[in-house]
Amino acid sequence: MRLIRTLFIAAAGALAAVGFASAAGEYRKPEPFTFSFDGPFGTFDRGAMQRGFYVYQQVCAACHSLEHLAIRHLGQRGGPFHDPAYPNPNDNPVVRAIAAEYIVEDGPDEFGEMFERPGRPSDRFPSPYANEQQGRAANNGAYPPDLSIITRARHYGAPYLRSLMLGYGEEAPDYIDLRPGLYYNPYFPGGLIAMPPQFEDGLLEYADGTEATAEQMAYDLTVFLHWASDPHMEQRKQLGLMVMLYLLILCGLLYATYRQIWRKVEH
Amino acid sequence: MSGPSTYEPKTGFTKWLDARLPIVRLGWDSFVDFPTPRNLNYWYTFGGILSVCLMIQIITGIVLAMHYVPHIDHAFASVQRIDRDVNFGWLIRSIHAVGASMFFLAVYMHIFRGLYYGSYKAPRELLWILGVVIYLLMMAAAFLGYVLPWGQMSYWGAMVITNLLGAFPIIGGPITEWLWGGFSVGNATLNRFFSLHYLIPFLIAGVVALHIWALHVPGNNNPTGIEVKSNRDTLPFHPYYTSKDGFAIALFMVIFAFFVFYWPDALGHSDNFIPADPLVTPALIVPEWYLLPFYAILRAVPDKLGGVLLMFGSIGILFVLPWLDTSKVRSMRYRPLARWFFGFFVIACLGLGWAGAELPDTPVPGLGALGVDFLLLGRVLTVYYFAYFIVILPLLGFVEKPSERPASIEASVLGGSSKSAPAAAPAE
Repeated sequence: MRLIRTLFIAAAGALAAVGFASAAGEYRKPEPFTFSFDGPFGTFDRGAMQRGFYVYQQVCAACHSLEHLAIRHLGQRGGPFHDPAYPNPNDNPVVRAIAAEYIVEDGPDEFGEMFERPGRPSDRFPSPYANEQQGRAANNGAYPPDLSIITRARHYGAPYLRSLMLGYGEEAPDYIDLRPGLYYNPYFPGGLIAMPPQFEDGLLEYADGTEATAEQMAYDLTVFLHWASDPHMEQRKQLGLMVMLYLLILCGLLYATYRQIWRKVEH
Repeated sequence: MSGPSTYEPKTGFTKWLDARLPIVRLGWDSFVDFPTPRNLNYWYTFGGILSVCLMIQIITGIVLAMHYVPHIDHAFASVQRIDRDVNFGWLIRSIHAVGASMFFLAVYMHIFRGLYYGSYKAPRELLWILGVVIYLLMMAAAFLGYVLPWGQMSYWGAMVITNLLGAFPIIGGPITEWLWGGFSVGNATLNRFFSLHYLIPFLIAGVVALHIWALHVPGNNNPTGIEVKSNRDTLPFHPYYTSKDGFAIALFMVIFAFFVFYWPDALGHSDNFIPADPLVTPALIVPEWYLLPFYAILRAVPDKLGGVLLMFGSIGILFVLPWLDTSKVRSMRYRPLARWFFGFFVIACLGLGWAGAELPDTPVPGLGALGVDFLLLGRVLTVYYFAYFIVILPLLGFVEKPSERPASIEASVLGGSSKSAPAAAPAE
């Protein structure tokens, strides 16, 4: 059918455009890895998200901010600590307990003084640094990037993050000048990264009894940070299914209408 | 082609209205009774698809503007807030961002269709020129809109494009500063870009009205390129083309929805999720896919001013296309040579897009052994792009022998067998 051909060409154009968007860069492609959130029906692995948040808190948060996330996001629909009993995540006791662990600066009070108080679910995750300069000064001049949207902000997304976290330990090739304070990681563009290796087997102890191997921690963290980057992914894919079904039925009805109207007309 | 109006007001109110403001008559004559060639194929549905695209962009854009903050310190975070906290903000922003790509996808189909069937030729030159104006406005709107999220690609894209104007001697510097509102891309730039990004879609809507007006004077071209000769060649726009366009629009929406719901980041660049940083230049600054061919033409010239002139020239040449094509035959269906050159032209445009996405000194896959890098590929295809308009189309009109054309649209529909065949009666 002519229309199908037309649409195939349109689709090919769109796909070619996707191909163009891939950028050049000298670094190793991430190890292929299948996540539970891949594909049109993919969902987040709840346990991994919760463990990944723990990894973030215990390991990453010392240097990396999560500035676009509020603590309440952890309890929203699709979030790691969502509980249907608490449609308002600010009421969720788990989220409240997590928030209370943070000390947040607030103010000014009626005397014009800033003060510190325990966190509330509506607070943003506090940044480890007062400003970027402080962050650089503490890290040899390299500013640890914010992790709120990290998987969407990297070309290969989640597999990249996982490979990067596990990508240390290889001998650097000769052409790379390994300066002090830098580490060789083939998955990082340019191969030299200021972040030291983070994960070793048994670094943490998970509350749910899962063995905290380096591999497991990298996976859990990636799942958590992918949720943080794209918190409405599950809702998006669910709605997408309904929209697709609706549109396909509409297409069928409109095609039948079109055939009916044109049936007596040579064209 | 718009003959005497067949609209007859029936109620007292419509009679009263028709004597004062015949707006219902205008709608009836333009979109119900309008005589449309009976042989329009699916390539002709992109006009309707494009008007839907424009409406989607305007509606989603107005909602986004309610939540977006045009300030360099807050723009990036406000976009994140839209994605995370605004009710269905993730959906609206995704539709708007994917919608820009879908808009260009449809406009390229629409333009290539016009090129293939000779829709730019007399008496439709102004129709074509207004279309090129819309395309230019679309590119401006897309560029300005891409700056607003204030990510890395936003900032550096704005830097590269505005600096291009600095290439013009004497006036270049002052114009660039005037555009920036300062001495670099900064908060003043973002503010005015937001203002202009909100303005341009309404300009587009205005020119679209002129485009449709200019279409409705000579009427649609059609795949045979033969003018309408009798009312047996045409069908009323409604219900024939409303039903056909409606079906095509719904199918287009399936592609649209696929990207919105399942692959929202595919058509963008991951660097734009990194906040703009004037001190860190991205490894590769690339525009959105739909502007890549022009980026390749820009880079094909070693001289900056030359590149800028050639890039503007690549669009400028479309304005004079109606007078460059010397062939008497409109549709390439009956132009055995032109259709080959047209095919190569489409390939050249895609190839330019590819060249624009890669670093100039990267070898072309498969041709690297011959020493062909993307710079050379871009140059060769740029030459072909311009040769198509300046050399091939003007000369073909003289050397090409067109194949036999049917006597009329009606004859082509009936296989051109016999002119006395009974006319198919429109089902009314």
